Amino acid sequence: MRLNELSSAELHRSLAQGLGLQTGPFRFHIRTRIPGVVSGLSQLYSDFEVGNFDFYDFHVRIAPPVGLRRWFRPQVNFWMDEFSPFMPLPADHAFAQLEWGMNWCMAGHAHHYLMFHAAVLEKNGQAVILPGDPGAGKSTLTAALALSGWRLLSDEITLVDRNDGQIVPLARPVSLKNASIDIIRAFAPQAVIGEAARDTHKGTVAHLKPPGESVARMSEKAKARHIIFPRWQAGATLSTTPHAKADAFIHLAGHAFNYNLLGALGFDMTARLLEACNCQSLEYSRLEDAMDFFSELVA
Amino acid sequence: MKKSCADLLHALTHPQAMASFTPSQWDVVVRQARAAGVLGRLGALAQQHGLQQQLPEPVWHALEADLTFAQQQAIAVRYELRRLDRALAKLGIPVLILKGAAYVAMDSPASDGRFMSDIDILVAKPHLMDVESALTGGGWTSQYHDAYDQRYYREWMHELPPMQHLGRHTTLDVHHNLLPETARIKTRPDQVIASSHLLPGTQCLYVPDELDLILHSATHLLHEGEWGHGLRDLSDLYLLIAPRAEQPDFWQRLADRASQLNLQRPLYYALVELRDLFRLAVPDNVLSTPNAILARLMKALLRRGIFSFYPDCHPHLTGIAEFALFVRSHWLRMPAHLLLPHLLYKFWKQTIASDKEKA
Repeated sequence: MRLNELSSAELHRSLAQGLGLQTGPFRFHIRTRIPGVVSGLSQLYSDFEVGNFDFYDFHVRIAPPVGLRRWFRPQVNFWMDEFSPFMPLPADHAFAQLEWGMNWCMAGHAHHYLMFHAAVLEKNGQAVILPGDPGAGKSTLTAALALSGWRLLSDEITLVDRNDGQIVPLARPVSLKNASIDIIRAFAPQAVIGEAARDTHKGTVAHLKPPGESVARMSEKAKARHIIFPRWQAGATLSTTPHAKADAFIHLAGHAFNYNLLGALGFDMTARLLEACNCQSLEYSRLEDAMDFFSELVA
Repeated sequence: MKKSCADLLHALTHPQAMASFTPSQWDVVVRQARAAGVLGRLGALAQQHGLQQQLPEPVWHALEADLTFAQQQAIAVRYELRRLDRALAKLGIPVLILKGAAYVAMDSPASDGRFMSDIDILVAKPHLMDVESALTGGGWTSQYHDAYDQRYYREWMHELPPMQHLGRHTTLDVHHNLLPETARIKTRPDQVIASSHLLPGTQCLYVPDELDLILHSATHLLHEGEWGHGLRDLSDLYLLIAPRAEQPDFWQRLADRASQLNLQRPLYYALVELRDLFRLAVPDNVLSTPNAILARLMKALLRRGIFSFYPDCHPHLTGIAEFALFVRSHWLRMPAHLLLPHLLYKFWKQTIASDKEKA
């Protein structure tokens, strides 16, 4: 059953008891009564498969903390089972906290996969990995590509399956920060963007709904063919330079969630991934130019 | 309520049973195992019994994930031991490796899929200063700079304040005894050192004799107050003992050694748990009760401590039991005239002083 087949009342009721949600290979059991989380899920996860599953990879919960902060300047907290990895946040950051919490669950536990901190999208059977330093505009670019016919595999975590080296999609919402929220609104007025959480540790954060087709194809793996290091530079004309594979290796490994933890396997998987990929650095200022570049890349 | 931990215990003792668990059973077992720190161990057991293909894919992935973590940690521990050997060889004294690191060094089944947070070593007390300075030369530094903490460890405990390597950030606990200086039970670390065995390929690293390894594991379970690890420690003990349990003289040798080291009590309590929870066949004559009423109380407390990692497994009153065990673990460490000022100081430090620092 898809989430949008539930009425608002049914969704509230289900989530209060706990509702299963499938994202890529993972099944989350989500329990919450926080209205902001229910509406966020309803708006951004409407195409996702939900239901009562037998086995869940992660059981998570968003709820007010015990004590005064339930009422006075209310806060919310995230739990996986009985463990709460974060400090409580203001109640209006609840949906963002669920997103971060779900990332935390995967990054800290899903070591069947090699996990890079990078976005990844696919077109014409070719996956393109976008590693990005903070501020490089990775999420903006990811959102623009997802809104331009690319299949969104993941915005934050690139999962590589240790069995076959392929990229495993998650198809979860893209996290947009600060100015990029308005940039994406201007780029694609039809884009569905959730309620913004203001004054978070990342500034203002809002999530873009993943395209329906990306969600429908979330079980379809992809082969990585390109690794592009994007950098947005005000006023720059689009230019690319070859990116040395050794440097790309260091960057990916250094920005991975579990590269060290996988030991020799992590090294081999990264090396095999790089052998199959062409690596370039991209500098651009206009999103439209970047879209053209990526279209030609996989043409 | 307690019944719901039965599947996890069954998996730890009869790994083949995992092949017939339903996904709903796994949904509970994986969470319990993760909370208890034995998910990687289930992974190791599943692999040893060739069950990977018979488990639901996401379940095997969860087990495999923690197994990978534990295997990588074992590689790091072996590396760290080589560096320790190099740093301490010049002292010409035996350096005993304890617990998790010893299991890894010995390739013991108790190392399979096991997580550890630090490396524990034991040296004779007169060598403590030399060991500390040699370690400092090798890049390990003390992490506790507070004068009170330094005194707590140095005067009262059985170990130096934890040390950390500056480059690798690995934590090292340097012990000179199996129990604190101030503990009520006095054991014999000199005898444990005397019976230890040189670790092949090293110059100064030794591992305890297998009986001492068991007794130390039982002592640790009963005295350290780390209840979140209780089930994992019990599973270690099970894996250390089970392969020996059929040997004709094993139990007698174990009991004799326990009395030589004055560790009969911790052994008794640990064996009762292994018999009741892990269905280990412990001969009755090994289980001579120290004091019937006390034994029942301890068993009730200990059971709650062992299952404190997961709410479904809690019998009633776990909070009180955990507190009682916490008080007991401190009570056994220190006499009252030291313990009360210590707890008051810690309370002051954690509440009032830390608020002042924040302000």
